[in-house]
Amino acid sequence: MSSVLYDAQGPRAKRRNILYTALFLVAIAAAGWWLYATLDDKNQLDWVLWKPYLGGSTEAYSTYIWPGLQNTLKAAALAMVIALPLGAVLGIARLSDHVWVRVPASVVVEFFRAIPVLVLMIFGNELYSSYTDVSSDDRPLYAVVTGLVLYNASVLAEIVRAGILALPKGQSEAAMAIGLRKNQVMRLVLLPQAVTTMLPAIVSQLVVIVKDTALGGAVLTFPELLSSVNTMSSYYGANTIASFTVVAVIFLVINFSLTSFAGWLEGRLRRRKKSTGAVLGAQDVAHIGGTAATGAGGAPGGLDLSGPFVGGAGKDD
Amino acid sequence: MKLRKVTAASAVLLSLSVAATACGGDKKDDKGSSGGGNTITIGIKFDQPGIGQKTPQGYSGFDVDVATYVAKKLGYSSDQIEWKESKSADRETMLKRGDVDFIAASYSITPERQKLVDFAGPYLLAHQDVLVRADDKSIKSAADLNKARLCSVTGSTSAQNIKDTLAPKAQLQKYPTYSACLTGLQNKAIDALTTDDSILAGYASQAQFKGKFKLGGLKMTNENYGIGVKKGSDLKAKINKALESMVSDGSWDAAVKKNFGPANYKNEPAPKIGDIKS
Amino acid sequence: MFDFLDDYDVLGAFWTTVQLTLLSAVGSLVWGTLLAAMRVGPVPLMRGFGTAYVNIVRNIPLTVIILFASLGLKDTLSISLGASDVDTATFRLAVLGLVVYTAAFVCEAIRAGINTVPVGQAEAARAIGLSFTQVLLLVVLPQAFRAAVLPLTNVLIALTKNTTVAAAIGVAEAALLMKNMVEKEAQLLLISAIIAFGFCLLTLPTGLILGWVGKKVAVKR
Repeated sequence: MSSVLYDAQGPRAKRRNILYTALFLVAIAAAGWWLYATLDDKNQLDWVLWKPYLGGSTEAYSTYIWPGLQNTLKAAALAMVIALPLGAVLGIARLSDHVWVRVPASVVVEFFRAIPVLVLMIFGNELYSSYTDVSSDDRPLYAVVTGLVLYNASVLAEIVRAGILALPKGQSEAAMAIGLRKNQVMRLVLLPQAVTTMLPAIVSQLVVIVKDTALGGAVLTFPELLSSVNTMSSYYGANTIASFTVVAVIFLVINFSLTSFAGWLEGRLRRRKKSTGAVLGAQDVAHIGGTAATGAGGAPGGLDLSGPFVGGAGKDD
Repeated sequence: MKLRKVTAASAVLLSLSVAATACGGDKKDDKGSSGGGNTITIGIKFDQPGIGQKTPQGYSGFDVDVATYVAKKLGYSSDQIEWKESKSADRETMLKRGDVDFIAASYSITPERQKLVDFAGPYLLAHQDVLVRADDKSIKSAADLNKARLCSVTGSTSAQNIKDTLAPKAQLQKYPTYSACLTGLQNKAIDALTTDDSILAGYASQAQFKGKFKLGGLKMTNENYGIGVKKGSDLKAKINKALESMVSDGSWDAAVKKNFGPANYKNEPAPKIGDIKS
Repeated sequence: MFDFLDDYDVLGAFWTTVQLTLLSAVGSLVWGTLLAAMRVGPVPLMRGFGTAYVNIVRNIPLTVIILFASLGLKDTLSISLGASDVDTATFRLAVLGLVVYTAAFVCEAIRAGINTVPVGQAEAARAIGLSFTQVLLLVVLPQAFRAAVLPLTNVLIALTKNTTVAAAIGVAEAALLMKNMVEKEAQLLLISAIIAFGFCLLTLPTGLILGWVGKKVAVKR
């Protein structure tokens, strides 16, 4: 890999690099060994603690993990399906020419982006329990989905808005010049193009939603994947470290496939770029969103917007 | 343009397939839980070994045994019981709403709760206690806790008792589950895990912990476990009768032995119905 | 109406939130910049480490990372970061967990900032004989930071809200206070409004001020 940040390496630089590599390797190996030795010393690597997950038996998965995983996916899917159209509406509303549409939409978006999802979930849970007759089976799910939707719809609204704003001005000018109405301009010209540019950012947002379902388990009583550790580790003799590791790996696999999908999508769109083609790297969205939106850009969302593969390391791409 | 449609379609497909798997699982759950037409729904804990624990083979624990016995006396066989997890903070709401018929989930009878729900029983007298490493001799009374590092569950009454009255100077680590506390206790990052002795006995009698932990026997509070029913429900009288016969025919003793046996736990004799020790 | 507030330390809880935010912000800025330097540097192993770190950390829920910090480091590996009592130790470990998590996002924001610096800048710097470290420290990073103020502001705001996850290991910050209050008081809307107001008070001005700073310092190209 070549980069504009450093020269092609001569013999001395190569030797130096080998030295750095060796030092770094030793540091990582030492840390790894220390971790292994200490865990072993504290009996955390005993086979009995890991056996439920690695011992070839599927009972831990079918009894505890699979039901939790189902709930995680269910909440994430519901939140996504509801938040996406809501976010689109809010995002377009913020671009409206009418003050009475634009201002309320802006207030809603800014408000829900400023508050932690966790707080929104606690609020939702108490709201459903005090003022509705949703059964206790569904209540945590509703609360989690409500929190996720309120927050993520606001972030998606910013993605949509940024996507539309990022289009060349000529697009809407040309569309208006041929006599299209405002809603036709939006529907026929701007949105179809913006959707393409926004896709990677939107898919990245799905990762945020999947991760944030875990908040529901930690503070509400939503029986999702992470909270399945509670029931599971109490049965298998408090093997909390092993249980959390297994669950972390499952989250990693789900989200990594999602980010890889987003990366693949972004790469594909970049390669085939057509006239308007600038793909909205996630960072651009956060950037534009932040600038235009009083800077209160998204949150676990804002962060996670950063596309999985933001350009190359150098600036040569 | 074609490409855009393809990518948009694939995104839609992805979300749909995720939704579909979720829905698929949903249906299966329904089928599993609503077996016969005539069932009874009982709230228990899912993560307290010895009290109420979800296992790959079903549910086990003292509360589960008591609830099964009571259900039998009410005319439901064990496969007509639908178990539901009732976490501590949820119990009153679940009863009020009728989500469950009754709750047996290490549910202490307190004046505040009696304002909201009715209690049958008590069926067990427990005490707030500590679980310490088997070789630890430093904790002999509640006062000793002031110098100790304790662990309990976030929002539990045991945690509140420690801070308010029992040992205000103690250091208290709070976790979402008792299992997390046990990890620290094993590795000496925590000196004692505190909650009801019945729950502690359940943990300590797990096979993996044999000989590693012991109960402190401090008896710091009285916790009268009752069976919660909806306010004004006629179930209360029936459950009380069932509990009486459980004690008199020896099933109660058998259940205590089976669930709390191995852990140096000296259970109180079966409490009389309506005899709430404060 | 506000009487019940006397029983709770609302200001103290938000002060903990602010402390968590500030300490984690400084820590993750340092660690995130180092990670970004690794990712654009000439040593392949470090590049690989940086990439793997970012991709792993970003895809795990923060709750898991924070629980690992407390349960794994403190309770299993006996690392309590020099704290003598449990509360301090949990607080410091929460900061550590937040740093580990947020640094991945800081790294990406800075890398995106580096991408905005024109190629000519680095080429000119190399042409006058600067080494990689000098190119990065003297020429590229100063410009990259100016472009990264806005993305970094988003990261900071996200961090402010993410501190609520520290409630999972019992750090007495705003979200834990809210949970305690809603369980004991029948004032749901009022309590929610107070907590929401508190967070708006922390995040909205941060966004406004740093948004202004970001525009002010951005390199006009």
